[in-house]
Amino acid sequence: MAPRDAIRDTGREAAIHRGRVFTATVIVSLALASLFYRYYGLQIVNYEQFLTQSERNRVRLEALPPTRGLIFDRNGELLASNEPSQLLAVVVERAGDLSALLDRIESLIGLDPEERIRFQERRRRSRPYDAVPLKLRLTDAETAVVGVNRHTLPGATIEAQLTRAYPHGELLSHVLGYVGRINTQETQRIEEDRYRGTFHIGKVGLEKYYEDVLLGRVGNQNTEANAHGRVLRVLDQEPPNPGTDLKLHLDLELQRVAAEALGDQRGAVVALDPRNGGVLALVSKPSFDGNLFVNGISTKAYSSLRDSPDTPLLNRAIQGQYPPGSTVKPMLALTGLELGLITPETTVKDPGWYQIPGDSRRYRDWILRIRGTGHAEEVDMRMAIAESCDVYYYDLARNLGIDRLSEGLAPYGFGQVTGIDITSEQRGILPSRAWKRAKLGQPWYPGETLSVGIGQGYMLATPLQLAQAAMIVANRGIAFKPALVSRIGNEERVAPPLEEVVASPAHWSAVIASMMDVVHTPAGTAAAIGADLSYTIAGKTGTSQVIGIAQDAVYDEEKINARHRNHGWFMAFAPVDRPSIAIAVLAENGGGSSAAYPVARKVMDAWVTRGQDG
Amino acid sequence: MAEYDRYLANDSRGDFKHRNSILEALHLDGWLLLLLATLVTFGLFVLFSASDGSQATLIRQMRNFGIATLAMFAASQVRLDTYYRWAPLFYVAALLLLVAVPLFGVGAKGAQRWLSLGVIRFQPSELMKLAMPLMVASWFSRYGIPPRPWPLLGALLIIALPASLIVIQPDLGTSMLVAGSGLFVVFMAGVSWWYIMGAAALFLMSAWPAWLFLLKDYQKQRILTLLDPESDKLGAGWNIIQSKTAIGSGGWSGKGWLSGTQSHLDFLPESQTDFIIAVLAEELGLRGVVFLLSIYTLIILRGFAISIRAQTGFGRLLASSITLTFFVYIFVNMGMVAGILPVVGVPLPLVSAGGTSIVTLMLGFGVLMAVSSEKRVIAQ
Repeated sequence: MAPRDAIRDTGREAAIHRGRVFTATVIVSLALASLFYRYYGLQIVNYEQFLTQSERNRVRLEALPPTRGLIFDRNGELLASNEPSQLLAVVVERAGDLSALLDRIESLIGLDPEERIRFQERRRRSRPYDAVPLKLRLTDAETAVVGVNRHTLPGATIEAQLTRAYPHGELLSHVLGYVGRINTQETQRIEEDRYRGTFHIGKVGLEKYYEDVLLGRVGNQNTEANAHGRVLRVLDQEPPNPGTDLKLHLDLELQRVAAEALGDQRGAVVALDPRNGGVLALVSKPSFDGNLFVNGISTKAYSSLRDSPDTPLLNRAIQGQYPPGSTVKPMLALTGLELGLITPETTVKDPGWYQIPGDSRRYRDWILRIRGTGHAEEVDMRMAIAESCDVYYYDLARNLGIDRLSEGLAPYGFGQVTGIDITSEQRGILPSRAWKRAKLGQPWYPGETLSVGIGQGYMLATPLQLAQAAMIVANRGIAFKPALVSRIGNEERVAPPLEEVVASPAHWSAVIASMMDVVHTPAGTAAAIGADLSYTIAGKTGTSQVIGIAQDAVYDEEKINARHRNHGWFMAFAPVDRPSIAIAVLAENGGGSSAAYPVARKVMDAWVTRGQDG
Repeated sequence: MAEYDRYLANDSRGDFKHRNSILEALHLDGWLLLLLATLVTFGLFVLFSASDGSQATLIRQMRNFGIATLAMFAASQVRLDTYYRWAPLFYVAALLLLVAVPLFGVGAKGAQRWLSLGVIRFQPSELMKLAMPLMVASWFSRYGIPPRPWPLLGALLIIALPASLIVIQPDLGTSMLVAGSGLFVVFMAGVSWWYIMGAAALFLMSAWPAWLFLLKDYQKQRILTLLDPESDKLGAGWNIIQSKTAIGSGGWSGKGWLSGTQSHLDFLPESQTDFIIAVLAEELGLRGVVFLLSIYTLIILRGFAISIRAQTGFGRLLASSITLTFFVYIFVNMGMVAGILPVVGVPLPLVSAGGTSIVTLMLGFGVLMAVSSEKRVIAQ
């Protein structure tokens, strides 16, 4: 070491070191200046941007879904409510390994493949950091299991939610319809902003028709959340506006009476208030429980409903189209009277069948099978309605011709939708020359007019249309659009009268008197319900064929397949002098009108004797 | 030792007239002590907020500072020639411990960096941060300043050996710091600029093969993330995005102490350790950052001043390289949190929570004080 020390120049060493320290100081200064420059850039130049970013981090805009409007009957009975329920949702961004999380949840509380698919669908239409619902309507046990295992379920949260409930289940499903989870097609259609936080949408019935009213307006709240998505506090809030409540004309008790009266009979009952067109009862059997659909019906349950030969999902009252049969006779008689083709005194010879001159075909009267002869030698209008004489109407129809016949029935609403406030209504068919040419590309044959004259042939009508016709007759021409809802929120919903069906008072009286005979005379086709009546009923029976009966073939109820049996109809109103109810009853494959008029009587009894007609 | 005799004779600065204060008697540098105390106090406030007001964290950190201060005090009492003599042994011991790490070490977070001695776990690489400048400085003062080619080659070997041992742990950040603390000595010893430029050229040329063969995926990821943090918002880029957001949203005056949303709502990762500067920047704003940078700058300047006033080549090299290493800590940490350098595990010196790094740093300042009191030792 010593030699090296000897040649060491300490002064030079120090000088070199000073130079290096100087260089180092320059470098350090530049580096620290660049750090300052960087922090200046972040904190001063881009301050606004990062402040916004940190606010966005911190503050989560959450949707506050509105509560759906309630639905009440005319007496304030709750028909559609909202019940609290728990749902499991996942903030995908916080979940880390999503599929592992879903597997874990599945192992804890079970998860259908369908729920996973729906989850992915919802995820697609959600915003980042939204809690995407995974499993709706948790049981208390499931909620507890998830709560206990919360720390192993990153991103999973339990949220309270109100879910639609229909306390009367099957009884009102065809009226209320139901809400269901928003599907992909609906996503395209709806305004996404209005449905933030809302997972259900009206699918059919009132729920669909009044979706806009029932939905309400979504609210918002800004919450402060930490990096794990846990909400720490609410910063500000714009509360949601609940959906508007609906009040119906419908009477829950009357609905129940109608449903019970129909029993297991497939068919429909529609009762209208003739004074305003309000629907007092609307029953379609068989029915289903709308609650099943609210949180997603299982595929199995759904296909059993869809594929059932009894078609419970079909709302027969507004969608079922049947030949109206003899129920059209009062309206045809009125048409004949107004056109001067008949008078109340005009008679027609009735051998039990009818022949168009020059045509060998015999158009049979239904009575022929029973009596082997006609209703009487000479049948007048009153008898033709009371006893439902076909021959009289074959003759009238032939005299009218299809054009005038069609025009005569049109004002009663046949062949067009009534415009009732539920969706998917069918229009039926009011045949005419134009209709046949357009639909079938064929000319009209005179024989077809005769079939329409007794409500058969091409003619189809829904129970609602017949109830509407009954209402118009009850009102002597004054017509209203049938409506379920009487009040939206606090706003009374007044149905404007439709165009009046004009006929002379004498003619109305003659037809209505004949309809009373249906019930109130022993020979009337509905005389069976005429006993012990404390009020008056005017009605008309109808029996409509499901399959064409070959000429001269005998209709044998016993041998006919149950689904080929005749439909029974009854349309009526009561009390006659001051009508408070107009009703149409359809007994699908009921065999005949005897399956229908007892139902109508029970409903009218319940309504009229209750004094609800005031 | 012959050198000392010479210095005694050559000393012409009039230090004999210097008043012998208590601090000098205790071998402490008053300015450095004041600056460190300010920094530590300031750092404790930041840490208190970063830990969501955890007293336990605060107490643990104060305890660490207590231990570290004792270590500093002890280190400052040791005479420089003792360091000079013991440097090789210290270096070899640290090297052996580094060799022991892959054999007996314990892992944490996917890397094996720790040795466990009963209750104490420590990182030999931290030890090396101190041993390295001591060794290289003693090496050069033994074999001549400025270094001639062969001693220079030997020094590079001395540096490369532990650096490569640390790289395979794997801990790229510490490895670079350790290598840096040695290379700074080389630089300060006055190695020719030609060598430096040649080395820089060589480094740049080897960067590509290193990228291909040497760097592990997570290391590449860190660099890639740095270049484009937005590419992986929720993964590797999350940390950088969140720390930049925290810093930027602080603005000039900050959101207020204890009121940082990024840090308190857990958006900021590692907020008590490597990313603590983001808490400071968010809550105290650019004002706070400037204040911190000022203290750091003063400490660095003080370190350089000590090195210039050092009486021996060994002391000069030691003081200036320790100071430069301290600077590198600051630059790498603040640069990485601000998103201009890759994320390597380097704490913010004397502010981040952590025992070993504080003790190592304070030991370094102890050595620095030993250098500063060198002449006075002679004066006595």
